[in-house]
Amino acid sequence: MMPEETRNSACSPKPEPDPDRREFLRKCGLAAPVLLGVIGVPLIAAQDSESDDYDATEHLYGMGVDISKCIGCSQCVAACKIENDVPSEPHFFNTWVERYIIEMDGEVQVDSPNGGMDGFPPTENGDVRRTFFVPKLCNQCDEPPCVQVCPVGATFKTQDGVILVDDDYCIGCRYCVQACPYGARWVHPEKHVAAKCTFCYHRLVEGLVPACVEVCPTGARIFGEVEKRATPLARFMRFNDIQVLKPQMNTKPKVYYANLDGEVR
Amino acid sequence: MWKPPSFQGSKVPQQVPRLVIAIAAAVIALVVARSILVPDTFGELGHYRAAAIDAVVAREKSFAGQQECAMCHFPIMQARLEGNHRGVSCESCHGPAAAHVANPAETKPTIPDVREFCPRCHSYNMSRPTGFAQIDPVAHNPRVPCMQCHDPHAPVPPVTPEECSACHGQIASQKAVSHHAGLECTTCHVATDEHKMLPHRVRPSKPEDRSFCGGCHAEDSSSPGYIPRINLRMHNPRYLCWQCHYPHFPETS
Repeated sequence: MMPEETRNSACSPKPEPDPDRREFLRKCGLAAPVLLGVIGVPLIAAQDSESDDYDATEHLYGMGVDISKCIGCSQCVAACKIENDVPSEPHFFNTWVERYIIEMDGEVQVDSPNGGMDGFPPTENGDVRRTFFVPKLCNQCDEPPCVQVCPVGATFKTQDGVILVDDDYCIGCRYCVQACPYGARWVHPEKHVAAKCTFCYHRLVEGLVPACVEVCPTGARIFGEVEKRATPLARFMRFNDIQVLKPQMNTKPKVYYANLDGEVR
Repeated sequence: MWKPPSFQGSKVPQQVPRLVIAIAAAVIALVVARSILVPDTFGELGHYRAAAIDAVVAREKSFAGQQECAMCHFPIMQARLEGNHRGVSCESCHGPAAAHVANPAETKPTIPDVREFCPRCHSYNMSRPTGFAQIDPVAHNPRVPCMQCHDPHAPVPPVTPEECSACHGQIASQKAVSHHAGLECTTCHVATDEHKMLPHRVRPSKPEDRSFCGGCHAEDSSSPGYIPRINLRMHNPRYLCWQCHYPHFPETS
């Protein structure tokens, strides 16, 4: 500043520097924080939204279920009820565990007392050929019949392949409950809207796995991307013989079963 | 002289302008009705309200996920990863912990140290996969809390000779919880290699007389003092020991 001031005083008759320039610099100084704010805040905001921005088009979710690992503890059923506020009384389940008992004469018995939450009572009949547990849930079909029948567009398939229900627009007509070949839908007794498994969509967008997968103690449930190569689900589907439930319905389910018995419906 | 055009004389039939007005009114009514009735974000991503996704995403989560647990409880996590419960996530036993993660001081997850908890997975059930560790909660050390013998973060299965238990699993698991748990199968039986090849044709040996049991249980035996003793000559001499006592699960008193 010193040389400038001396030059100014030398050139101009006035001893002070040019008031216009001083005014300009002063204003610049005042404007700096405002300018920074205008440019900087959106930048920071953009960075923030980039970190937790979720791009649904980049994902396609599916679940693997390994029948040979399921021990029928029904921790998944209990965890699902907690995580998704499912009414605790029986008959309301997003996921449930069925017990199959195939007797020597070919008779098939299926039961799921309270979805398996109270355990499975011992069987009276000792004449059993084979028996196992089958966890069931919404199959998140690629061609979902429930979406097709909804008269108000209240149930839909998201871009990442999860079937959700719009609570505000569902009129509770139960068409979807009828249409689902897997019995995965139910009507909420208080809200009077259709309810179902969402793959814990609120967890997926945070990068977490569904609650049932989180608590499964034996790793019988595997969650991941269907189309990517390096995910636990891709590995599961590479190393197991995979079947889906009711393939003849052409619903293209995204819940894949390994070691599934032919008797399972 | 100019005359106002009359529909009577023109080529346009008189019903056409009326129809045009009626159709225009209907179209306007439709547009207005649509703008009022169709929700804001409907059709943005498909035949549904895009905002409905936000409503689902906004749901509160109860389970935090075990990555969150590892942030603070890393050592116990590490111990668990080396044991047989390596695949069991924290919240599988301790319950939903999102509230604990949000406020570690005030809300604590449960510690399921009651005997009723572990059998949820480990009680015997015919439908469970073969090889999964199972016990009969009634017979297996009644009233003793599971954690007194088993560390839930690094549980160890009872050791039985693999060779015998491969086929005789029921006997092995029964013996494992009995007073004879410390005895090898070969203490009382001699199983030759032929038995493993032809299990039904070549049988292992079994004790044949009372003096075999007397080796440990007779009054003059040199076995350790805590082993119950009987007088071989006075104690029901007409019977063989195993006609009253089941050697794989002898009486507790």
